[in-house]
Amino acid sequence: MKSPRFEYLRVESLDQVHSALAEFGDDAIILAGGQSLVPILNMRLSQPKVVIDINLITELSGIELKGQLLRIGATTRHVELTNNPLINENLPLISCAIKQVAHRGVRNRGTFGGSLSHADPAAEMPACSIALDATIILESCDGERRVKSGDFFLGVMATDKQPNEILKAVEFPVQKANDLWAFHELSLRHGDFALVGVVTTAQSSPKGISNLKLVVFGCEERPRVVEISSQMVSSGPNPDEIADQVVQQLNPMTDLSGDPKTKRIQARSLIKRSLLDIFEGTS
Amino acid sequence: MSHLIPVKLTVNGDVIEKLVEPNQHLTDFLRTELGLTGSHLGCEHGVCGACSVRVNGLVIRGCLMFASQIDGAIIDTIEGVVESGEAERLIEVFVERNALQCGFCTPGIVLTAIEILNENKSLSRSKIREELSGNICRCTGYQAIIDAVESIFFERSEGGIIK
Repeated sequence: MKSPRFEYLRVESLDQVHSALAEFGDDAIILAGGQSLVPILNMRLSQPKVVIDINLITELSGIELKGQLLRIGATTRHVELTNNPLINENLPLISCAIKQVAHRGVRNRGTFGGSLSHADPAAEMPACSIALDATIILESCDGERRVKSGDFFLGVMATDKQPNEILKAVEFPVQKANDLWAFHELSLRHGDFALVGVVTTAQSSPKGISNLKLVVFGCEERPRVVEISSQMVSSGPNPDEIADQVVQQLNPMTDLSGDPKTKRIQARSLIKRSLLDIFEGTS
Repeated sequence: MSHLIPVKLTVNGDVIEKLVEPNQHLTDFLRTELGLTGSHLGCEHGVCGACSVRVNGLVIRGCLMFASQIDGAIIDTIEGVVESGEAERLIEVFVERNALQCGFCTPGIVLTAIEILNENKSLSRSKIREELSGNICRCTGYQAIIDAVESIFFERSEGGIIK
């Protein structure tokens, strides 16, 4: 399987990206790590006339802590997020989940922004970004636009990013000591896309657990967010009852990995594990 | 006809300048332009790992990178790590342990194993298995491959930890 022919454009600044996008519009596609885009090209699912390679734009890469916000540049590679002290300390959920993203050779090249732009419903990083309430920073020739990750993912490989925009960075509020989290994923092999995955966040206080939120991915066309009412949590939490409530809200699509019934059973099992992690404080 | 892209890179220590088609994959470039046929093409969509080569010190999929992107890069292929001696002991142990049959996946597995062994100060069998999960072998059932990587790790370490 070989990629179709295209014109290759190597750019070194965001201004060059904007002029290329202005010139070629829908005929152009942005190439970063290429770990999702190149398979699509190889399978001829996309045939862009122009490929804009942004790997040389240095300002798009890197991890930076500014007060209570951690900013991950779009072309920061997955490998740079593994065993990174800033990530380990401030975003332990990402630190855990990044190990489930694909395989070593893919993590060495694949980028954080690429994973979000690609928006595979079974990918880990979009779900984690929603769970942590990250902000996606886009840029066009008209300037910067910020979108909440919860509003960014629209469907299977569809996002709110406009054809004249580039995803520049993602900004995360840092996780605090009382922020609880759990990450569970079911896949056939380590590193494969999830059959189903669940990211759970909550806050603990002397009064108990609050703001319990589950993000289920690999199930519907985009990650599904379910917020659990404080009454259900405060009145002696019952993981079975909550898991049933979440599963009832799911509308799983049939894909190669299973039918809706199977997906519901798989999701329920992961949701239960996640809730036990949260309630027993093992996360 | 797309415009050809000039690239200058270092492959196994040799500086090479070429004009490449924008859509030519790195592994196709190495095989057809440079005659380096040790990197193999299996699935051509990043799943099997047979095309693995090292770019700027890290193992990547040669089928998911274009030759047009490699200007200025340092590339090591299986031919390079065999010639430099870097893979020598690993290959001896692969043979001793029968860690290959047809050998199609072996170059990718050897390159990945070198990276795993260099990066990890402690390695369990399950960790080796997890780290090699991106390289598919259809002959061996993996046991012998894990044995080989584990035994190299023990050779290099004392009590399971590399000093």
